[in-house]
Amino acid sequence: MHEASAAEALVKMVSAEAVARKAARVSRIRLVVGEATGYMRESLEFYVAASARGSLAEGAILEIRYVKPLVRCPSCGLEFERRRFSFECPACGCQGVMTKAGSEFYIDSMEIEAPA
Amino acid sequence: MRVELKRAIYEENDVIARNIHEGLAARGIFAVNVLGGPGAGKTSLITQLAARLRGEAALAVIEGDVASDIDTKSLRALGIDAYQIETGGDCHLNAPMIKAILGRMSLADGSWLFIENIGNLICPAEFVIGEHIKIVVASVAEGSDKPYKYPFAFARSAACVLTKPDLVDAVGFDEAFFRSGLAAAAPDAPVFPLNGRTGKGADELLAWLRGARAAELRPSPLPNHLP
Repeated sequence: MHEASAAEALVKMVSAEAVARKAARVSRIRLVVGEATGYMRESLEFYVAASARGSLAEGAILEIRYVKPLVRCPSCGLEFERRRFSFECPACGCQGVMTKAGSEFYIDSMEIEAPA
Repeated sequence: MRVELKRAIYEENDVIARNIHEGLAARGIFAVNVLGGPGAGKTSLITQLAARLRGEAALAVIEGDVASDIDTKSLRALGIDAYQIETGGDCHLNAPMIKAILGRMSLADGSWLFIENIGNLICPAEFVIGEHIKIVVASVAEGSDKPYKYPFAFARSAACVLTKPDLVDAVGFDEAFFRSGLAAAAPDAPVFPLNGRTGKGADELLAWLRGARAAELRPSPLPNHLP
């Protein structure tokens, strides 16, 4: 459910871009997703395919690049990937703080085809 | 042909939210987006605050639910000006929904506006809806691991309200573990224990909210969707 409205917004955006560039269709969409956002690959693929039906993005390949959440240690400065149920720094054992990495949710680029 | 975009999926939402925020701020209305899982005590919290603000300032509530208007009815029964958004399946409120309902409300200038989001700690954290601040409500009954499991709901909130404190022993709530996770996700967020039934703790929370209202001039930050 969570992914449905995201997929709609995504398809609306790439379709509008494709129309503005007078493209025949969108063949590929490159999406960047921070793992901590909880947007699942299978759901995104399902809802994007469903939302794209009848639009210029119908049948486009969805390429998703996931970004690992990074935690920064305030004492030693190390940036590290989170372990389950922990924010602890593997080097010095201090409590880390979350960084921006892992919260991404944007369209990086797309491939469009010109009319024949 | 490759087309570079680098555009956030929810950019349209974010623009609408910014407009809502500016409209509210211009009229001195302070908007609080209340996040929390189902049954965390969001409505009880709002009820306790409304009781304390009665006669002092205008207050309105927007209730978000997937279905039903039970909460809106109970708030209205207490004389609180409440409005219902039924999302019909959507698991979060977004800015267009708030824009639409604000058009049907007659908010007094200088009001407090509490927006109770859908009971869910995941996607409500991904949306700005025009609020000044988010606050997150977690009950001890949900367990002490919530900041670890849903870090963004906490990271994007200016304060955390810990409800049902009388159940700490009954459910074996590990407060040190909870606070440690909260410190990592939201290092600056204060924690306010609140008993939603008796109102114990509500005065402290309200005092903090008054301070936030006096200090907060900027909208709630966007959720870092762009690199």
